Amino acid sequence: MGLLRTILLRLLTTAITLFGVAVIVFFVIRVVPGNPIAMMLPPGATDEDIARLTALYGLDKSIPAQFWIWGAGVLQGDFGTSITARQPVLAMVLARLPATLELSVLALLIAVLVGGAAALTGTRLRQTKVEGGIDIAGGMALSVPDFLWGLLLILAFGVLMPIFHISGRVTPSLDLPFVTNFYLVESLIRLRLDLTLDLLSHMLLPALSLAIPLAAIIAQLLKQSLKETMHLDYVTLARTHGYSEARVIWREALPNALLPTLTLVGVQFTFLIGGTVIIERLFSYEGLGNMAIDAVINRDLPLIQGIVILFAVIFTGVNLVVDLMYAALNPRLRHG
Amino acid sequence: MTYLSVRDLTVRLKDGPALLRSVSLDVAAGEVRGLVGESGAGKSMIGKAILGILPRAVEVVSGQIVLDGVDLLTLPPAERRVRVGATCALIPQDPLTALNPSRRIGPQMTDRLVDILGWSRANAAARVQDLLAEVQIVDPARVLRQYPHELSGGMRQRILIASAFAAEPRLIVADEPTTALDVTVQKQILKLIAGMQARHGTALLFVTHDLGVVSKVCQSLSVLYAGKVVEDAAVRAFFAGPKHPYSAALLAATPKYTDPDAGLQPVPADVIAAVRAEVGHG
Repeated sequence: MGLLRTILLRLLTTAITLFGVAVIVFFVIRVVPGNPIAMMLPPGATDEDIARLTALYGLDKSIPAQFWIWGAGVLQGDFGTSITARQPVLAMVLARLPATLELSVLALLIAVLVGGAAALTGTRLRQTKVEGGIDIAGGMALSVPDFLWGLLLILAFGVLMPIFHISGRVTPSLDLPFVTNFYLVESLIRLRLDLTLDLLSHMLLPALSLAIPLAAIIAQLLKQSLKETMHLDYVTLARTHGYSEARVIWREALPNALLPTLTLVGVQFTFLIGGTVIIERLFSYEGLGNMAIDAVINRDLPLIQGIVILFAVIFTGVNLVVDLMYAALNPRLRHG
Repeated sequence: MTYLSVRDLTVRLKDGPALLRSVSLDVAAGEVRGLVGESGAGKSMIGKAILGILPRAVEVVSGQIVLDGVDLLTLPPAERRVRVGATCALIPQDPLTALNPSRRIGPQMTDRLVDILGWSRANAAARVQDLLAEVQIVDPARVLRQYPHELSGGMRQRILIASAFAAEPRLIVADEPTTALDVTVQKQILKLIAGMQARHGTALLFVTHDLGVVSKVCQSLSVLYAGKVVEDAAVRAFFAGPKHPYSAALLAATPKYTDPDAGLQPVPADVIAAVRAEVGHG
């Protein structure tokens, strides 16, 4: 009952959150300066042309009336038509979503592996020069934002030592057999490792830019948490059992030290997804974030709305997953 | 036959004051030795030094810890760890913090038997189930699947005692095992430890500040003051008449239920001054 109740309750609050996000984004992008109609018409269009086009897109109606029309459509799965691309928003957005998801999850994976390894190594070799080195590296990684890492990586591995691609998602001349837009996942499933490599060599630098600051946060927090756990009685008792230091850290301390880290990683992961907007632009990566910037530049109102709502759905989804993992890791929460 | 022999053990904070000063004590196979003294006298530090769990800020300066004829301090760390794990055990002070909150009781108890002593999982599981029954836990099979937070403090201390005896160790260090417990539970736990010790014939180093406990379960005792052993005696002789003035004052300070009106007898200041001068403690 506990789990189902948690999920149902969460879905309800998610619905309320999404409604709030929809209201805010809808009104804000209509209040700020900039007019999509002006962007579409050539110079010298008559007032009559402007009025006709405005009416065609329903922009002559009051903002609440527009919201009502759009909202009713959304509830039926119709997010409207993109003004610039003249295609359904939902299809456009869903087509771009896999690219961003793959990039974000790859970045998260790198951050967890690198940050986790650094934390475990720092704990194993605590109070040595190695731990000091990890702390310094972490501090440096954290004090540079993701987009600056992006520029630095482009300079290092795209210009000075051109070993990775710095633009796009996949080499355009390649023949892609994919039926979904989850290229990376599908290339693995189809065992087309040549394509996997090409994809990774495009994704590695943007993923690293996103992962470096998060890896540093994970390393610092998990190491701190591990060090505190290492002083607890049950860890001391386990030491008397004859286990090696590595095993004591891995089996006794780590499961308990993970809990506080997990909460923070959830929050930070949503920041990372937010970071994809700039990073995708920097690397001309064809994901949601890149599309979002184009949509804002062109004042493509329905597309902006669709993208923002989708980002909100992703964020609440991540939070739900974190809560469920927390319950799975902490037996005290399982019997509530 | 002496099983554990601590010789001139000196332990100090790194670049700090000495915590144990040339401590010597013997525990014969199957013997129960009490280790008494006031807070900060270094009682627990001796147990920690034997088991190799001294805090990182503490270092052994000199001395020997001879276990079954082998000086532990001369062994490589990994060998020492496994040897201690296979032959010694600890009954910790606080049962509420001594079990891993995210692991089930079963694996916490059987891991050592399987990973260090090389038992099969099935044998280890059967063994700990028997032990839980021996410490009078109802429905051991169920308890093995439970998490620590589902059990009471008294139950957890019983589990920790069973766990200490699981590998059939030759020496157990009991570090104030009843201090954190309710007074009504204390007595049962004490009886349980004494009974288990007698049945298994394990040598026991019983760290406590309670002389009443010593008189009930121990055969010999060492009295510590400021990291130094001031008296080493058989229990019967000690309670008949302690030799050292500090021990005598400590014994006199123990409240007696038979004479509730006597009031508390603190250790007199001149005795403290004398013992301080003797152990060289500023």
